[in-house]
Amino acid sequence: MIEQVRIVLRNSGLINPEDIDDYISVRGYEALVKCLTESSPEDIIQTVKASGLRGRGGGGFPTGIKWEVTAASESDEKFVICNADEGDPGAFMDRAVLEGDPHSVMEAMTIAGYCIGSSKGIIYIRAEYPLAIERLNTAIAQSYEYGFLGENIFGTDFSFDIELKFGAGAFVCGEETSLIKSVEGKRGEPVVKPPYPAESGLWGKPTLVNNVETYANISPIILNGAQWFRSFGDEKSPGTKVFALAGKVNKVGLVEVPMGTTLRQVIFEVGGGIKNGKEFKAVQTGGPSGGCITSENLDTPITYDNLKAIDSMMGSGGMIVLDEDDCMVNVAKFYLEFSLDESCGKCTPCRIGNTRLWEMLDDITKGRADDNTMEKLEVLCNTIKKSALCGLGQASPNPVLSTMKYFRDEYLEHINDKKCRAGVCKALIDYAINPDKCIGCTLCARNCPVMCIHGEPKKTHVIDQDKCIKCGSCLSSCKFGAVYYS
Amino acid sequence: MATETDTREIHIPANLLDELDRYIGDLKIDLNSERRKGYLIQILHKAQSLFGFLPEPLQIIISQKLNISHAEISGVISFYNYFTATPKGRYRISVCMGTACFVKGGEKLLEEFEKFLEIKAGEVTPDGKYSIDALRCIGACGLAPVVMINDKIYGNVTVKQVGDIIEDCLLMEAEA
Ligand SMILES: Cc1cc2nc3c(=O)[nH]c(=O)nc-3n(C[C@H](O)[C@H](O)[C@H](O)COP(=O)(O)O)c2cc1C
Ligand code: SF4
Ligand code: SF4
Ligand code: SF4
Ligand code: FES
Repeated sequence: MIEQVRIVLRNSGLINPEDIDDYISVRGYEALVKCLTESSPEDIIQTVKASGLRGRGGGGFPTGIKWEVTAASESDEKFVICNADEGDPGAFMDRAVLEGDPHSVMEAMTIAGYCIGSSKGIIYIRAEYPLAIERLNTAIAQSYEYGFLGENIFGTDFSFDIELKFGAGAFVCGEETSLIKSVEGKRGEPVVKPPYPAESGLWGKPTLVNNVETYANISPIILNGAQWFRSFGDEKSPGTKVFALAGKVNKVGLVEVPMGTTLRQVIFEVGGGIKNGKEFKAVQTGGPSGGCITSENLDTPITYDNLKAIDSMMGSGGMIVLDEDDCMVNVAKFYLEFSLDESCGKCTPCRIGNTRLWEMLDDITKGRADDNTMEKLEVLCNTIKKSALCGLGQASPNPVLSTMKYFRDEYLEHINDKKCRAGVCKALIDYAINPDKCIGCTLCARNCPVMCIHGEPKKTHVIDQDKCIKCGSCLSSCKFGAVYYS
Repeated sequence: MATETDTREIHIPANLLDELDRYIGDLKIDLNSERRKGYLIQILHKAQSLFGFLPEPLQIIISQKLNISHAEISGVISFYNYFTATPKGRYRISVCMGTACFVKGGEKLLEEFEKFLEIKAGEVTPDGKYSIDALRCIGACGLAPVVMINDKIYGNVTVKQVGDIIEDCLLMEAEA
């Protein structure tokens, strides 16, 4: 049985997040004291580099290197930003950290400020997380009171402030250049990199952007050392990762496991397997930028590189489990619809290309696609990947490409046989009543919203196919298993 | 749905405007600095929480106070899903369409609310009582599928509960 290891979630649920003394009692702010009084910025950056910590916001960029580059940028002013936009729908790791242990993130931001030579921290948090905002406000006020924030911290000449900035429901603002535009009070449209924020970010000044979970790893690394951190996980992906397990799994919720744990262990051991004894079909990681992983690859150890090799990605940690009742074409269409909705519209491949992709997927789910559709889909996906301006557009075809690769037969079934095996695509299914099983209890007829089920009590019932709107309520109401779809 | 003319006729209560004034005053914004724009989004949040939406006259007031053109402000409002220039219902029904909720049937819930209230997502009932919106993940995925009425969260919602939830709104209205 795989053990969960709590580094990021070390305090969540164990301390009172609204009481700074509670945080201090579990070695809170000890790392900051150590850094400010005993270590040089260079030493700390070396430790972070040696730990091998990689960004947990999706990209997996080595954190120490990012700190080093930002530290090396010459400027009279620099910024430290915490990306708490958590846009991946179905993921809530960052929310848990901010609500359960806000000081751990603030302490790390302050350490980062000391390392790169910045006195100003900003937490960009989505407005959909009111409790996290409240807890952060409390934590910030208490930190000023205790002198962990403000002028001349611990009597040194280092000063640091933290302020909150709010998102306003735009997924693309999780992308760092777009986030910076949003902090500047503008429309959050991404800009071409380079220059990277490390050279020219907020108000044109060098800016360090890291994710909530990335920061939450910093203090334990400082206190216990890089080697300790490397004792968890894998050579190229050290440490742990928090996943938000959701979908058709028995135990939904957050899990923190060492990198290198297999997907099977996470889903079947920690997650307790598939709900209602159904059959596992796929697990989606990486959100709208990621892909679907099939049962063949369940024994893959979770690392940044392994997930990429099987056409998915680590992403921020959303893990959605799908079962036999999920239609993979429909899932692909769902993610694409998300990207399309959230596209900022600045560049054509993303705006128009994704609209076309969506139309093709819609055709497939409605039985209107022809033999060429698969090929056209693939060509367009690859064009968008190559030509979109920012990460949102470049990654938006990934869910389509991965499902086309691993569930090709399901696509072909929709296209050629006009069949949806999961019974999800309404246009492709007919509901019917099996006369051998129907006892004429009349329940389905009473539940049918368009009253298209006919039959006398105690006699076999029949569905009038012309009127049926395929709502499925007869299927769920029949207690005798007489209603089926084909 | 509200039309352009509605928003122009909107009356902005003076006491709320005072509160917004105080909020902006406390921020001690340097109106000559380019960085004043960095306060815009939080001010829009505050304004929307006070007034419920961001009608054009209010946008113009904010534009004058911050010395930012009205065109720029309305561009920002239209970019962010959270901001709305037209009023929502007194009971804002938000159906989560994040991935976790989607695979647990969020779409069916949305359809049921739409059928029940005879409006589509993004619309308001003619009496101004209800509005429906599709939302992207509120971080309560463990409770999927999730519906929010104003700020109250309902978890593990089934299609059959949709009627009960609307009834809850009626109760809230009776109490208020
Ligand atoms: C479309 C898009 C959305 C993103 N959303 C987020 C997000 O919600 N949270 C996050 O931390 N990073 C997000 N990122 C990644 C950020 O651009 C950036 O790489 C990250 O915040 C860097 O922090 P890290 O190195 O600690 O991971 C997103 C990237 C793209 C392209
Ligand atoms: S890829 Fe999409 S989200 Fe990114 S800049 Fe282009 S249109 Fe905007
Ligand atoms: S699917 Fe819906 S409309 Fe069709 S017969 Fe069943 S209950 Fe009636
Ligand atoms: S609910 Fe089932 S058993 Fe009853 S009438 Fe309908 S099909 Fe027949
Ligand atoms: S997906 Fe609905 S709350 Fe997260």
